[in-house]
Amino acid sequence: IMASSYGAKEEDGHHPGSAGLGGAAIRTKKPDNTAFKQQRLPAWQPILTAGTVLPAFFIIGLIFIPIGIGLYVTSNNIKEFELDYTGTDMSSPCFNCSQSWNSTNTCKCELFFSLDQPFESNVFMYYGLSNFYQNHRRYVKSRDDSQLNGDERSLKEPSKECEPYRTNENKPIAPCGAIANSMFNDTLDLFYIDPNGKKRPISLTKKGIAWWTDKHVKFRNPGGSNSNLTTVFKDTAKPVNWHKPVYELDVDIENNGFINEDFIVWMRTAALPTFRKLYRIIQKNNDMTPTLPRGNYSLAVTYNYPVRSFEGRKRMILSTISWMGGKNPFLGIAYITVGSICFFLGVVLLFIHHKYGNRNNSSDIAS
Amino acid sequence: MGSLLSACGINVKKKKVEEERHLRANDREFNLSFKYANNAIKTSKYNVFTFLPLNLFEQFQRLANAYFVFLLILQLIPQISSLSWFTTVVPLLLVLSITLAKDLSDDITRHKNDNHVNNRKVEVLINGELKSEKWMNVQVGDIVKLENNEFVTADLLLLSSSEPLNLIYIETAELDGETNLKVKQALTLTGDLGNDIQKLAAFNGEVRCEPPNNRLDKFTGTLTMRGETFALDNERILLRGCTLRNTEWCFGLVVFGGPDTKLMQNSGKSVFKRTSIDHLMNVLVMFIFGFLAFMCTILSIGNAIWEYQEGNSFITFLPRADGANASLSAFLTFWSYVIILNTVVPISLYVSVEILRLGNSYFIDWDRKMYHVKSDTPAQARTTTLNEELGQIKYIFSDKTGTLTQNIMTFNRCSINGKSYGEVVDFAGQRVEVTEKTEKVDFSWNPLADPKFCFHDHKLVEVVKSGSPEVQAFFRLLALCHTVMPEEKTEGELFYQAQSPDEGALVTAARNFGFVFRSRTPETISLVEMGVPTTYELLAVLDFNNVRKRMSVIVRSPEGKLTLFCKGADTIIYERLHPSSSKLMEVTTEHLNEYAGEGLRTLALAYKDLDEDEFEKWKERHHEASTSLEDREAKLDTIYEEIEKDLLLLGASAVEDKLQDGVPQTIEQLAKADIKIWVLTGDKQETAENIGYSCNMLREEMKEIFIVAANTAEEVREELVNARKKMSPESGDEPPIEKSRLLGKKSQVVEDEKVDGEYGLVINGHSLAFALQKDMQLELLRTACMCQAVICCRVTPLQKAQVVELVKKHKKAVTLAIGDGANDVSMIKTAHIGVGISGQEGMQAVLSSDFSFAQFRYLQRLLLVHGRWSYLRMCKFLRYFFYKNFTFTFVHFWYGFFCGFSAQTVYDEWFITLYNLVYTALPVIGLSIFDQDVNDRWSFQYPQLYAPGQLNQYFSKMAFARILLHSCYSSLVLFFIPWAAMCDTVRDDGKDIADYQSFALLAQTCLLIAVSVQMGLDTYYWTAVNQFFLWGSLSVYFAVTFTMYSNGMYLIFTSSFPFIGTARNSLNQPNVWLTIFLTTILCILPVVAKRFLFIQLKPTINDKVRHKVRQAKAVPPPLPRKFPRRRISTRRSGYAFSHARGYGDLVTSGRFLRIPVKSRPALFPHTDTPVADSTPQTYRTIFEEAQSP
Repeated sequence: IMASSYGAKEEDGHHPGSAGLGGAAIRTKKPDNTAFKQQRLPAWQPILTAGTVLPAFFIIGLIFIPIGIGLYVTSNNIKEFELDYTGTDMSSPCFNCSQSWNSTNTCKCELFFSLDQPFESNVFMYYGLSNFYQNHRRYVKSRDDSQLNGDERSLKEPSKECEPYRTNENKPIAPCGAIANSMFNDTLDLFYIDPNGKKRPISLTKKGIAWWTDKHVKFRNPGGSNSNLTTVFKDTAKPVNWHKPVYELDVDIENNGFINEDFIVWMRTAALPTFRKLYRIIQKNNDMTPTLPRGNYSLAVTYNYPVRSFEGRKRMILSTISWMGGKNPFLGIAYITVGSICFFLGVVLLFIHHKYGNRNNSSDIAS
Repeated sequence: MGSLLSACGINVKKKKVEEERHLRANDREFNLSFKYANNAIKTSKYNVFTFLPLNLFEQFQRLANAYFVFLLILQLIPQISSLSWFTTVVPLLLVLSITLAKDLSDDITRHKNDNHVNNRKVEVLINGELKSEKWMNVQVGDIVKLENNEFVTADLLLLSSSEPLNLIYIETAELDGETNLKVKQALTLTGDLGNDIQKLAAFNGEVRCEPPNNRLDKFTGTLTMRGETFALDNERILLRGCTLRNTEWCFGLVVFGGPDTKLMQNSGKSVFKRTSIDHLMNVLVMFIFGFLAFMCTILSIGNAIWEYQEGNSFITFLPRADGANASLSAFLTFWSYVIILNTVVPISLYVSVEILRLGNSYFIDWDRKMYHVKSDTPAQARTTTLNEELGQIKYIFSDKTGTLTQNIMTFNRCSINGKSYGEVVDFAGQRVEVTEKTEKVDFSWNPLADPKFCFHDHKLVEVVKSGSPEVQAFFRLLALCHTVMPEEKTEGELFYQAQSPDEGALVTAARNFGFVFRSRTPETISLVEMGVPTTYELLAVLDFNNVRKRMSVIVRSPEGKLTLFCKGADTIIYERLHPSSSKLMEVTTEHLNEYAGEGLRTLALAYKDLDEDEFEKWKERHHEASTSLEDREAKLDTIYEEIEKDLLLLGASAVEDKLQDGVPQTIEQLAKADIKIWVLTGDKQETAENIGYSCNMLREEMKEIFIVAANTAEEVREELVNARKKMSPESGDEPPIEKSRLLGKKSQVVEDEKVDGEYGLVINGHSLAFALQKDMQLELLRTACMCQAVICCRVTPLQKAQVVELVKKHKKAVTLAIGDGANDVSMIKTAHIGVGISGQEGMQAVLSSDFSFAQFRYLQRLLLVHGRWSYLRMCKFLRYFFYKNFTFTFVHFWYGFFCGFSAQTVYDEWFITLYNLVYTALPVIGLSIFDQDVNDRWSFQYPQLYAPGQLNQYFSKMAFARILLHSCYSSLVLFFIPWAAMCDTVRDDGKDIADYQSFALLAQTCLLIAVSVQMGLDTYYWTAVNQFFLWGSLSVYFAVTFTMYSNGMYLIFTSSFPFIGTARNSLNQPNVWLTIFLTTILCILPVVAKRFLFIQLKPTINDKVRHKVRQAKAVPPPLPRKFPRRRISTRRSGYAFSHARGYGDLVTSGRFLRIPVKSRPALFPHTDTPVADSTPQTYRTIFEEAQSP
């Protein structure tokens, strides 16, 4: 009976549910049979089985340990010499300079050191600073990239970010901002003292110490082809702390103004409060003699840069490099450690798998 | 919470409260003076001009967007701004524009719908002429003409119709979802207007009526005409949304138009449901805000110390602004860090969550395995925000009729004179399963047979044809003893209207076996017995009621023999049998047991020949009793009792209450998934119990099935407590309550109690009413929740909602209500998730549901597959999302210690902007849309996989804490490994690499690769899309990075892209890559080890099944198991008449017989509001008033 009345409804041509606005839906509403809509997309379903996890652990271990050893050895083969010349110690030759620092007088000091081993190939000379917060937010943003890129308008009207080193005596500061203002300005010179006590200066290359992109793209002198930087920077003031204006950083036109490499290197702010920056390169002259032979050296410092007030330290570093950069044993040790842990974990897991795993996995699921 | 029950919201947007509506027909000027709304409707929210401002205004009212704006304001303060404005503006714009686009498309659809409806044409009487008008131009007071199958234009007062007695037939599907026809009748006075245009144009009746409201079942008003006033009620009103059926034409007077119509007044906003994960998220977001404040405080304290110790002396190189000191700096730093660390607050999470919920909803809509071919109905996710809750269901509340059963009764078996018929056996005498293909009995010898009737046992027909007296008596009884009413539209085309489908099935069976019930008068019943018309005199109907559980008729055959025919519950009949039947009784009992074991509804049939004198005497007393004024019922019962004795048993019938396809399997599956099923039915206890058995809810292997059927509150309590003690002897008197205060809301949560073994509980309506009282609620809850299956009988719609509410309130569990009828609406709205069966009883349940489909069996797919996946995906998504954002953010925290707590970011600002939006957006969405642990077949194979969802295992506060720790570890690795590796290091050409920009690049690359690998580890299901998204995102990262760090970008936007050259200069360094590799390995190594260890030592069900799947890769996936039908030996009475009193009175009074024979469908259902109707209707009742002239 029920069926008969239901049938009558169907004959009515009335579909329950299609009474809505659209009405006549002749097309069937059957959903499409596509893998996507039916959630049957072919898929790879990896699971963590003993067959994949354990070998992975061993393989990682086997890969990591040799890499680690390689890295460690490489790092160890790098020769590095570090000399702190801050002059905090009474005994340090630079003690006086560090105590009586003022911006007008230049103070010079000389430190002697000896290298036990010869430095083969090119040697890189760095200055290192500690406890220097080049990554402080207010410090990092205190620059005007447009100005440094040679934009005339920014030269006249530096960005507000440069405050309070934006203008000086109503003249725009070029380069503006705290970073430029605090540019490292010690001069370091290196002498080799040959066995008969004679000081021979070591030639230091100051070109090629900055990134190519910085030197050629990011930093550009204003005025385009105008090679007379003095006129270009005519209406600007020098940064407050600087002894000389930006266009007198070097006599070489290719290394003057904003494209002075020392300046560029400084402007690439460090990520951490302890950092080193490339200062000079000591090129290897010939294949016969090491770049820096074993022996005594002296470092002549023109002590301009004050770090004592904030307990900073200044270092001079001599280092060779390898394919993985400078000396840093961390990566090597980390790789060895992680590799060993992997291996160890692999063994432990293998043991556990043997002892418990089979039992659990083969057990049927209670239904 | 009771407000949840109010079916509809009310639009309270009225300028002036209308107190009474007053209108005059055909007088537009008069009516316009009241400024009633015309018939145009507007469901759209915006127009071209208001769209942008209004929509933005709405959007900024959301907390997430407001937070964005707050951040933006902070960023505009130069002293605080630690990030550029674009890091906030870009995501904000994206979020705003996505929402904008969605709202725009929604509103365009609404506009289209509005236009479509507003531009429908209808004939309106204007200035004495019928003119075709658009709907929107119809005014209150207009007279409109409707034709067959047209939608009703507005709420109309019916004036006249083409049909006799001014009747019209309407279908209210769009309004309340019921597809059966209803009748309306015009006043005779207006009906006389007919279709005479002149008369209609001259009609100037005035209507005064109630103001617009949303009550569909009520209308009060008056019509004044020529000084006379007539009352108007709902009978005269046609509501907008109905469709005219079977009526040539009718005229109506517009009373309410457009927004005032009851349809529109009813379209209020439905209750907004939120999932438990939403609630958890709100708690977590609060916590995260606190955590953010905590981190910022630590960092600002650090800043104060740094400024005091270092900053003061560092002034030479880094001067402070005027007046700034350490404490001011710390204060500003606090806010700067709020900006930087804002990524811990998952603002973009909300957008992503919506996207993936939407995606998963589409998958439900698209599922072919939830598409019902017969009714062409696909499943539908009507609410797109609840999917993951489908994976957490603990309690299902199901309606019975129409949900579990098809509400179709079929005559299945019978036992006549000790012989059982109806079973199909093969030559060897083995039972054969009846399928579609089984040969059906041919009834073509009987011209009056119902062609839809199926029977498979040929023997019975042969016996009937051979003229066996017992068999003929059996069917004669079935043809005579009932209250069915016949309808014969054309010769030989019989329709029966039965109050209960059981009766209909039995009478139809008799009809097919040659005893055709053809017509009845108050005094006679006409049959066609094996082709011979026979008329019996109907002397008395001893009607059915709940206590009697039987019904008898006394008839006089044409030969003058007086016979009492009786059918009823076997136990009742057995008590009244003549001793001579005892032998037959035994055999029949066996058969009855067998039938009951198959879940059939059985009846015992008996008769008795009566003595003329004895009957005369009895009749006198019967007359006396039936006319007595007091205690008539009781007296009648006694009188009946007197004559219904010494009966002779004829046999028994068995009717199958056809379950919907796959119901027992579905219930078994759901039970395995540890979902508790409560059936809330309007049926009586026996019926419900029977269905409980046949659909596998109640099982023989259950330890005990408690039946609570008491009459007083105390007894009910006692029975409940006894049941509980039996299940768990150690359970205390006080319910184990876990009191928790969540966001100021006090809640009483009753914990689950341990029970061993499975139990069932059946509670009848009377007891339930007591048990639902305040002081007994918890008792009911405790007992019921210990049982595997609960059946509540004779439940009213309101009680259904109360039961759901009870569990929802006191159990920490997700509830789902499923039903198909209007009486289920309340529980569907109350439960966490409402599912509507779009079936036979109309659309009301579907309209208020969150998910709908055509068959109950789809529920297992919805829960075990879609629900489980949705939950899995949502949780994975949340876990991963939190992980990636926390890791991202915590690195900043560690960096704070190395940059003087100055709120310097670790990463490039562009990376911060794009990290969530571009670099990780698609992979995580791919993960959360495609991921599946095992496919659908395995999900069915192991329903236990569903359990983690119920226990909230995948995402909880604990899981959140673990994520926090994991992120903490990862961020430590991600910061300190690069830190140590880059410390005092240089490039392979001696130049800088430890600079800020290179470090930022290294840190962000490490982070991105580490979280991508983590994502790979979390992904179970690697489709091509996932691969594409993951590798695509990584390549996009490198592409974007190289682009942004390129010369061109720098030269064009110098100040925005200061990282020029960084990528080129540092990504060509071997130690950079070695560092990236190391951090990635270190980030995932512990995770892999931990997961592997857990799989080995404490594998979850998920791990086990996945392991099995892996093992079974070669073997084809399992087929769905076959469920053998269980044969149960326990005897259960299945007397199954409708629960209400029969309408024997009606039969004998003859009122219904005065209907003029018409060729109209005469199935008029009750027009009471469905929700208010307290007795659920299992079958249509006859609506006699509608037919009386």
